[in-house]
Amino acid sequence: MKEVILVKDGELALKGLNRSTFEDKLIKNIRRRLSHLGKFHFEKAQSTISVMPENGDTDLDEAAEIIGKVFGIVGYSRAALCDKDFDTILKTAEEYLYNKLEAVRTFKVESKRSDKKFPYKSPEISREAGAYILKRHPHLKVDVHNPDLIVYIEVRDRYTFIHGNQEKGAGGMPVGTNGKGMLLISGGIDSPVAGWMMAKRGIELAAVHFASPPYTSKRAEMKVHELLRKVAQYSGRIKLYTVRFTEIQEAIRDNCPEDTFTLVMRRHMMRIASMLAEKEGCQALITGESVGQVASQTIYALGCTDKAAAYPVFRPCIGMDKTEIIEISRKIDTFDISIEPYEDCCTVFTPKHPKTKPTPELLEETEAVIDWTELLKIAAETAEIRYISLREDAE
Amino acid sequence: MDIYLDNSATTPLCKPAVDAMYKMMTETFGNPSSKHKPGNDAFDALKKARRRVADAIGCNTEEVYFTPSGTTANNTAIFGAARLMGRRGKRIITTSLEHPSVKEPMKRLESMGYEIVALPTNRDGKFSLSVLRSALTPGTILVSMMLVNNEIGAINPIADAAAMVKNSNCGALIHCDAVQGFGKLDIKPSKLGVDLLTVSSHKIHGPKGAGALYIKKGLHLPAYILGGGQENGMFSGTEATPAIAGFGAAAAALPSPREQLAKTKKIRDDFIGMLGENNRIFVNSPADALPYVINISIPGIPSEVLINYLSDNGIYVSAGSACKKGRRSDVLTAIGIAPQRIDSAIRISLSRFTTAEDMCALYTQLNEATKIFLR
Repeated sequence: MKEVILVKDGELALKGLNRSTFEDKLIKNIRRRLSHLGKFHFEKAQSTISVMPENGDTDLDEAAEIIGKVFGIVGYSRAALCDKDFDTILKTAEEYLYNKLEAVRTFKVESKRSDKKFPYKSPEISREAGAYILKRHPHLKVDVHNPDLIVYIEVRDRYTFIHGNQEKGAGGMPVGTNGKGMLLISGGIDSPVAGWMMAKRGIELAAVHFASPPYTSKRAEMKVHELLRKVAQYSGRIKLYTVRFTEIQEAIRDNCPEDTFTLVMRRHMMRIASMLAEKEGCQALITGESVGQVASQTIYALGCTDKAAAYPVFRPCIGMDKTEIIEISRKIDTFDISIEPYEDCCTVFTPKHPKTKPTPELLEETEAVIDWTELLKIAAETAEIRYISLREDAE
Repeated sequence: MDIYLDNSATTPLCKPAVDAMYKMMTETFGNPSSKHKPGNDAFDALKKARRRVADAIGCNTEEVYFTPSGTTANNTAIFGAARLMGRRGKRIITTSLEHPSVKEPMKRLESMGYEIVALPTNRDGKFSLSVLRSALTPGTILVSMMLVNNEIGAINPIADAAAMVKNSNCGALIHCDAVQGFGKLDIKPSKLGVDLLTVSSHKIHGPKGAGALYIKKGLHLPAYILGGGQENGMFSGTEATPAIAGFGAAAAALPSPREQLAKTKKIRDDFIGMLGENNRIFVNSPADALPYVINISIPGIPSEVLINYLSDNGIYVSAGSACKKGRRSDVLTAIGIAPQRIDSAIRISLSRFTTAEDMCALYTQLNEATKIFLR
């Protein structure tokens, strides 16, 4: 029996003429994600993409798990593919879903017929298939309102697809259909969530991490790699810049008043991230900031950091509570990594009483004591590049 | 050249251990329970390793039970003793500075209705015998004490304590976690007067994945891992012959503890002499500690920063132990070290392969660090 995965691309249907472009991008994303499992053939029709393995022994369990994390998919299901012969359809439906039928108490059959030349109409297919299944699984009852299992029979132009309940997809839009963003990732809970949220809206991700050795450890960098690898399961491969930030932080410590340390640091991060964003062809910066969460994230402080950025700063967590952010981080499996205790550069030289109502003018004055151009340029230019793949062994 | 000074965490493997393991993995791969030649060869290798470890501990071969780790040995000793003696009483005495593999089982026993008494630590990093004397009551069934503290190297008076327990006639069993002392001090169980004793392979230049529990002849602890009956029924499961053979070879390669101790003491004392030249560096370890462990602080440089700095310069040390952020070391607190000094504490742990030159290089870098980070 040949098996395929049917992918429903939901929201894409809203996009009118762009639809085909979006679908092609989605297919490209799925193809790349599945490439290590073998060759696949794709067919699209009626908001459904059929993902068909070219080899009989392809690992479809793994493929389905991967597809569950691709943005732009509303739902998906494993399906049996069979000929458009009525008896074969009935037989295949019962055999393919045998274990599922044995495991539930109620079911119904839903049929679709896009090939109007097929001699049976949808209600007839459902009725006959229902009777066929009941005869072989006498413990079952039909429940049309709230069945444990829905047996879907879709008669298409070339084949018939048979499948059970549909799995929920990751939603959103195909990554790469909405440009590219530079994610500032610290190692905390919020930034991976922010990256995931923007990738969900179709934004391709690049990332920048600021490290201050020896004040921060190699483990903190390794933690960022693991976090990004979790995000990459959804967004696809991520190019990471690791910026050596030590000299800049020491210069801040030596030249600025203590209560402005964090803000000047954040502004320099924005400047470096902007330079890298330009190099990467990004259209926005992405941060995990949430208004009011810490002193550097007051509405005043955010205004000051924005002034230093050369691109719009996307902050998808801005209106979320910590508990809401944590909920997503658990869902995307980054929470347990985020809470590992390693110093990050934001906790180096932390002021005891940071300014909570700074103004951009004050910060510009503060920063004017030395010329930062060269320091920032060197930091951006010497950043270490690493590609974070979905699977570690691919690096 | 890299200088590894974190030998209390783990040690690099010595050549005999590597050779023995390689042979087990390539030639002597059989299951010691099989009755053909490969099986018999593995059986022989296992026997040989047991004899070597028994010799290093100073006990009979029948008293050595191989385990996957020191942690497994500690857990088995404590839960086993509690179960065996549970009808006679519920009181267990331990010290406040044990390794988590003793501390956590004690917590579990407490939740099961046992009474756990943790002896406090004195300023010298040891528990006091007089406190032990008053804690010893007739219902005491087990006394578990570590020989050497893993953070500062303080050596507990195990032999005296064991004699006191025996004289009290409470009938308690005595367990000693000797992981940090094995190969460095004489740990002969009959001299220490203990019934149960834990050692580990990877702290004596053997591989990870092997440890041993000494169980005094005649003492029958209940087993928790049931199956094929390996290790005299105590630890079922096919023996990890490569790790065990490596352990045996490492044990056989141990030099006499006494001579090695004198050499290491000289290296330690010279190093502490050097530290005296920089008034920003403080020694936290007591003077009579095991010379293999030296705990120091440079107040103002957080432990993690100093560790990173040294690591970047090819010198590997650790913070007090595998310490958790936000929790200050109990040991250093107990011996009266100020919080600022605790936050900057690092543990330097030596092995028999550590040289005076290694310590000179470390001193140079510590000196350098005070210039860079303290201004």
